[in-house]
Amino acid sequence: MTLKEKISSRKFIITSEIGPPKGIDVKSNLEEALMLKDRVDAVNVTDSQSAVMRLGSLAVSRLLKEEGVEPIYQLTCRDRNRIALQSDALSAAALGIENVLVLTGDHPSRGDHPAAKPVFDLDSVQLINTLKGLETGKDMAGKELKGVPSFCIGAVVNPGADPLEPELIKFEKKVKAGASFFQTQGVYDVDAFAAFMDKVKSFDTCVIAGIILIKSPDMARFMNKNVAGIFIPDKLIEEIENAPDRQHKAVEIAARTIKDLKGLAHGVHIMSLGWNKLVPRILDKAGL
Amino acid sequence: MIITRQKPIDDILKCLDGIEKVFIVGCTQCATICKTGGEEEVKSMRQVLEGKGKKVTAAEVWDTPCNLLEVKKRFRDGKDAISGSGAVLVMSCGDGAHTVCAGTGMNVVPANDTLFLGQSERAGRFNEVCALCGDCTLFMTGGYCPNALCPKGLQNGPCGGAKDGKCEVNPEIDCGWLLIYNRLKDAGKLDNMKKIMPPKDHSRSIRPRRIIVDAVRKR
Repeated sequence: MTLKEKISSRKFIITSEIGPPKGIDVKSNLEEALMLKDRVDAVNVTDSQSAVMRLGSLAVSRLLKEEGVEPIYQLTCRDRNRIALQSDALSAAALGIENVLVLTGDHPSRGDHPAAKPVFDLDSVQLINTLKGLETGKDMAGKELKGVPSFCIGAVVNPGADPLEPELIKFEKKVKAGASFFQTQGVYDVDAFAAFMDKVKSFDTCVIAGIILIKSPDMARFMNKNVAGIFIPDKLIEEIENAPDRQHKAVEIAARTIKDLKGLAHGVHIMSLGWNKLVPRILDKAGL
Repeated sequence: MIITRQKPIDDILKCLDGIEKVFIVGCTQCATICKTGGEEEVKSMRQVLEGKGKKVTAAEVWDTPCNLLEVKKRFRDGKDAISGSGAVLVMSCGDGAHTVCAGTGMNVVPANDTLFLGQSERAGRFNEVCALCGDCTLFMTGGYCPNALCPKGLQNGPCGGAKDGKCEVNPEIDCGWLLIYNRLKDAGKLDNMKKIMPPKDHSRSIRPRRIIVDAVRKR
């Protein structure tokens, strides 16, 4: 079953994520992907994440597919105008990649090429609309396509956004534009997530809760201070701080959170930040 | 108003390297308000250049250097001093520097960097609030422009990067979309934000732009 079919059949979705290297050596990417292969439904491939230039997400998505791993091709609005976005989406379809996760993208000033020209010709809502348009056999200019693509379009949402209402407004626009699944920012406060899910239940869409492994207390504090919509409670930070084995503790916290999220979210998206080898253990512990 | 900032003096001197006589032109309008080309700044530039051994043939503040007819008239009136100089140092915006070059045919050195179209919040404090997109949608966004106030120019809401109401690009500035949201909410117009805004038509802002105003031509 493809991710699209699993979403339609309301299966609990498990996804993970890998970041392409700076360079062309994809050996460790592929090793990670193979480790995840039988445990997750699909693997996100990030698009020069944090505006740091890396090997392309489309190439690595295709390489994953060749290994039998279903990729979710991340496509940001940061570096491409509408011509390039449509062209890359068609390229994905031609390479057999159906899942496209649409994101705004971080501003280049935050990455390793801060002098780069920011593009943002389309925003994420408009890009979702554009992909839906391609599915009808026409491009943005209304020109007929020779061979029509079919996508499974994903988007992101931040349940911890403060204030939440503008985020919900944009979420609604993404649903209306045609996103069929959402992956969220990292969730640590299950009650707050439950409140968010209650607010969006009328949309009847697939919301996959983000799980970001807490690797160290410093990382947790850094994220609390710098990452929008992330709130890691002090109790969790203390737990990691006092743990004799941090990897073990990170696994335990992630598994616990996933268990708590099971009745609430439609799936989980595990962002291991380089610790993908721990994902099978997390899933074992979470009973998935 | 066009907001300018004076280049570092060393950079200006580098551009004037080997040039003995300099004619200085300031501007009575924007550059005067920005303190980059008013009477005071032109005078102090004269002193600096003279201190470096240059001969300043004249230091004038024109009204305004971005007006080609005015520049041509000034050139006719002061032709000897201008033509006898090795360069005209223009202390205005890039428009002024360009127009002085067009109207005099002289070697023009810009003293300023031209930054943005700005609102004067109070003396010495200027904010970019309009991105000159050529397709104004302020009526939809509570009077705040997402093209100017959001570094990504997003049309359909915040990007999710704002932290404590501040922009991910610069934590000193407010998230433009939160400003829009708050104002629309207060005005009971959140429906505006719920509408999916179409992509911008960038063909309306292809450079260089030119416009002929018939109403002015016919007068």
